[in-house]
Amino acid sequence: MIDALQPLINYIYIVASVLFIVGLKMLSRASTARRGNMVSGVGMLLAILATCLLKGMSFAWILVGAIAGTTIGVVASSMVKMTAMPEMVGILNGLGGLASLLVAWAEFHKWHAMQWASYHQTLGAGAPNSPLVTAVAMAFTAVVGAMTFSGSMLAFLKLSERITGKPIQFRGQQFVNGLVILLILAAAVVFCQNPAGGTTPYLAFGLLMLAGLVLGITSVMPIGGADMPVVISLLNSYSGIAAAAAGFIILNNVLIVAGALVGASGIILTKIMCKAMNRSLGNVLFSGFGSGSSAGDGAGVTGEANPISADDAYYVLEAARSVVFVPGYGMAVAQAQHVVRELGQALEANGADVQYCIHPVAGRMPGHMNVLLAEANVPYEQLVEPGDVNPVMAAVDVAIVIGANDVVNPAAKEDAKSPLYGMPIIEVDQARTCIVLKRSLKPGFAGVENALFFKSNTRMLFGDAKATVLQLVAAFKDR
Amino acid sequence: MLGLLFFVFVVAIFLGIELISKVPSQLHTPLMSGSNAISGITIVGALIAVGQPDGGPLVTVLGVVAVAAAMINVVGGYLVSDRMLRMFKRKDEGPKPS
Repeated sequence: MIDALQPLINYIYIVASVLFIVGLKMLSRASTARRGNMVSGVGMLLAILATCLLKGMSFAWILVGAIAGTTIGVVASSMVKMTAMPEMVGILNGLGGLASLLVAWAEFHKWHAMQWASYHQTLGAGAPNSPLVTAVAMAFTAVVGAMTFSGSMLAFLKLSERITGKPIQFRGQQFVNGLVILLILAAAVVFCQNPAGGTTPYLAFGLLMLAGLVLGITSVMPIGGADMPVVISLLNSYSGIAAAAAGFIILNNVLIVAGALVGASGIILTKIMCKAMNRSLGNVLFSGFGSGSSAGDGAGVTGEANPISADDAYYVLEAARSVVFVPGYGMAVAQAQHVVRELGQALEANGADVQYCIHPVAGRMPGHMNVLLAEANVPYEQLVEPGDVNPVMAAVDVAIVIGANDVVNPAAKEDAKSPLYGMPIIEVDQARTCIVLKRSLKPGFAGVENALFFKSNTRMLFGDAKATVLQLVAAFKDR
Repeated sequence: MLGLLFFVFVVAIFLGIELISKVPSQLHTPLMSGSNAISGITIVGALIAVGQPDGGPLVTVLGVVAVAAAMINVVGGYLVSDRMLRMFKRKDEGPKPS
């Protein structure tokens, strides 16, 4: 596979890597984000085309796979609803992991069939003489790829509520995880000692893949719905790491650069999500938060909630000069983003200053609420972060909480015993009036009573979020 | 060669951390699906697995499935990110005709 085109192919890989970097950079600003995504897409196209220039490529089977994949990709991406975006990202992520896993397997099989000396030649000039590096890279890719695949598929099932979104825990779960990890290490050692000698390494490799699949399932199983933003970010990171590891098998730097970028971005997002919940990654992964057993109950939160009717809420809103919406997962469930936008427009027409304050972990994936509101044509200047609104919250006339709960619970600041204590929240309790749209006084995901509901400046507007907002919009129209 | 690859790997991780830590939270979802599409780069490995002649039937089967899976990841990831990013509008740009 060494020939005159090889330098050209390498240069194109470098260009592709640069385009990925530039694309990611452009993705960090709303005004350039769309072009950034295209730039990175061009990088991907170049990398694919360059690979097709390799000497001795045969394209019949490639076309089969590529056409099938492209068709499914186009159809799926144009059909998916914006509210289903977390599931979509979960599936795509899992497929990336699956691809890396299969690449490792295919490469291992080649090696197994042709012995090291000739396999070494297929790796190209400069390949390490010792088979150990390749073996370690294969073992690592297989495990991480398998984990990414099964973990993402389970996350998809949870997010789409095909299985319960609640944490699934059993006694000795940590023990089982520990056993699986030990098994992986043992199989990896057996595999790396003698990677191509007969059936034993093949069995060890199979075991590695299988154990990776099991580990992906057992590690996502105990994680509950509202912690999904962390899990999705983490799985995103895994898929990048798997791709980078595959790059170490075939000694290809574009895989390594792109994989490392994705791995890093996933880890950063994971960190941001954990910070936004004031919890460590370990706590998210292992505590089964929200299963009811570990979470405190916020006992001592008592008092009378003040209900308000939609008509009275209209009068409050009609007098308001500044309004902040605080959407949460409940808005996505109720598909209420469009009517919320209508209400926002009505308020603006009435002379109020309207903003939408979005907590980083609201919804089921990072930035979930932003996408839904953008879909409803809310301009992105109006989408603000808690840090922008909290300092001026006392000057806000009305804060409207729609389907958010834990992220507005004042216990996070006031009650040192609360499991939420220390979590950065949106301080809607500081607003002059806070209207909470909710079906009941039921606690949120964390299982903690919300002291906000019983504050003197809080009004509870009970009912289905979408229907209630529609009533308010109608009230503004009938004026 | 191997040392160089590790060097590239480590530098790329730090570069990624620098690039991403500045992304505002409103762009997290498209960022995630966009970077997710980039992780489909493993398609290069899949193409080599299928396209190079020295495989055998099992390698071809594994490779074709890998190409298809990576292709869904790549095409789906970029298109869905674009769909989301198309919706992010400034106030003066007005609502998009849907």
